[in-house]
Amino acid sequence: MPNYTLNIRRYSPESGEPAHWEKFEVEMEGHRPVLDAILYARNKVDGSIGIRCSCQAAICGSCGVRINGNPALACNTLLRDAVATAEDGITIDIEPMGNMPVIKDLIVDMDAVHWKKVQRVVPWLIPAGEPPEREYVVPHEAMVDVTQTMACIHCGVCVSDCLSMEADPDFVGPAASAKAYRFVGDPRDAATKDRLVHLAEDPSGIYDCTHCFKCVEVCPKGVAPMNQIMRLRRRATGDFQIKDRNNGYRHEKAFVNIIEKWGTLHEAKLLPDSYGEGLLGKLNPEAQKNLIGSAPTAIRGVLSGKVAPIKVLHHHKLPDQKKVKDIYEKIHGRDERIELNLYIVGEDADALEESAAVAVTEEGTS
Amino acid sequence: MKVAYWPGCVSRGFTPELHGAMELVAPKVGLELAELDRANCCGAGVIAEHNQELADTLNARTFAMAQAQDGAELMMNICSTCQGAQSECQERLDASSEYREMINDTLAAENLRYEKGVTNKNFLWVLVEDIGLDKLGSLVKRRLDGLRIAPFYGCYIIRPTDRLGYHAHPERDTYLEQVIEVIGAESVAYTGSHKCCGFPVITMNKKTSLTQAGRHLGDAIDAGADALVTPCPLCHLNLDLQQPEAQKFVNRDLGIPVLHFPQLIGLALGLEPKELGMGKHVVSTKQVAAKVTALAATA
Ligand code: SF4
Ligand code: SF4
Ligand code: FES
Repeated sequence: MPNYTLNIRRYSPESGEPAHWEKFEVEMEGHRPVLDAILYARNKVDGSIGIRCSCQAAICGSCGVRINGNPALACNTLLRDAVATAEDGITIDIEPMGNMPVIKDLIVDMDAVHWKKVQRVVPWLIPAGEPPEREYVVPHEAMVDVTQTMACIHCGVCVSDCLSMEADPDFVGPAASAKAYRFVGDPRDAATKDRLVHLAEDPSGIYDCTHCFKCVEVCPKGVAPMNQIMRLRRRATGDFQIKDRNNGYRHEKAFVNIIEKWGTLHEAKLLPDSYGEGLLGKLNPEAQKNLIGSAPTAIRGVLSGKVAPIKVLHHHKLPDQKKVKDIYEKIHGRDERIELNLYIVGEDADALEESAAVAVTEEGTS
Repeated sequence: MKVAYWPGCVSRGFTPELHGAMELVAPKVGLELAELDRANCCGAGVIAEHNQELADTLNARTFAMAQAQDGAELMMNICSTCQGAQSECQERLDASSEYREMINDTLAAENLRYEKGVTNKNFLWVLVEDIGLDKLGSLVKRRLDGLRIAPFYGCYIIRPTDRLGYHAHPERDTYLEQVIEVIGAESVAYTGSHKCCGFPVITMNKKTSLTQAGRHLGDAIDAGADALVTPCPLCHLNLDLQQPEAQKFVNRDLGIPVLHFPQLIGLALGLEPKELGMGKHVVSTKQVAAKVTALAATA
């Protein structure tokens, strides 16, 4: 049986000692999960190792840790996969998740961060009027639309490594945002607009997400929290025209309009346009402050010789810009926005056939 | 090798030195660039945030133009953000023939048609996978000995791994380090190399944005780097253009130059800092340039 070295980060606040690493040797089959190895070390070597777990089947969401620097469920990561990402090819580093205070060893304070943020988005249904006598009747497609967010097991793995939260601990974050979409997308909920206004106006709300894909990458349940944030933004701007003070609405609108008009991005126009509606448009006071704040940036660009002053004012249209405009007209003219969520529809037959074909050739050649 | 070349908007707008450097480097590594000068912006994720079908159609238009380029082996970009935004659209386009037909119906007005499975790669990937590190090594005219370079990838070229072909190419998130070593420089490890520059929220939350940029720059300085290198011009905007501003959010002096990936390659291939546009950066590249020009030619 293979031998694995676990390098566990130990910390116990009441001891007064700083955090330190401790190694444990475990003999175990490679197809067993990292959690089994941690529990083996706790049961056989040192009963004081702190780890939280319950289901051991990626359902309860309690065993989130960082394995070789990447956040994951310990019960859902096999030893042989973990060792493949070890820096020295042997030692598996196991630490508590990030962005949350450590209670002991591998146990973090989910209440202080994750659950607090979930509470912030009012995670329950706010129905219009009295509930119906029998069940609610809801169109099937509408509920399918929110199933992706319902797959969340609140493990905090995405929260652990959210890069906006690292810079702004107040950021509502990936998991709570996905939860918010759970109700924004629910046709029975009557507070859709209010929910979106709160998330859009909050400086640490949906416009504080830096679109880094970390949460999409690490979520063990395919929730893709960032995609849900983009859908929240889409509904806030597209369906409710919420002109938030964070310039989320203006930024999106300015960007989309510039491409419609010019075909390629005109950064020098984007700054003023995303802070106000056009250079000559009325600027709100917050936007004015921001624009003045970014003026040195534009000036720096010109001074460094990066951008010729003339370029700041002048931008070439694409040769067949009219064609891009036509595409805009056709798509904006549709009755509803068309969205293809691969989580729900999956890949269609021809895509699957092809991947099967790839698998066949791989076997054939090996 | 001929490639359908999509330089992106930023490389011709706010970071023209990037596009310029790429044009000088291409013939030296055997690339013939067929520029897609009628193609449109990739949308940088913002158009997709507004309307997915619109973003998918605009990028299908670009892919179709690339596929129509005679003799081009693949489509090449020089922007991590283009790579990510376009790969996202491609994933949807390639997943469903019904959806693809609907989009192609729109493109038919221009006599364009997207066929599933375009190969779209950042120059970094092309250099390692199609040209090869051995070949690159043999082309080096000036080994960048003694230069300490901190890699900075940009999110869109490393996540999500399943969409970006990491299954077939698991080492894509180590290519910068590999290239840096092959050209004789030293790759500097620091915490920020695979994190976010913060650019996407610069107009919405400057503090969140520049705290991120500032921390990574500071970490690279503390690790002893002479410069950063990035394959993403949007990262470049936050790391270079905004660097003086970022200092305020991390309460420290910064001042570390940030090179575009083709500039670094150009230096190793014997091109001069000035022709690579290194004088056009906000943070001075003088010290790096001096170090490089002091190095003797290898071949
Ligand atoms: S979104 Fe995914 S990673 Fe985040 S808490 Fe839910 S299940 Fe865990
Ligand atoms: S994409 Fe947004 S929510 Fe997800 S980890 Fe990055 S900053 Fe956080
Ligand atoms: S123990 Fe329940 S998710 Fe891992």
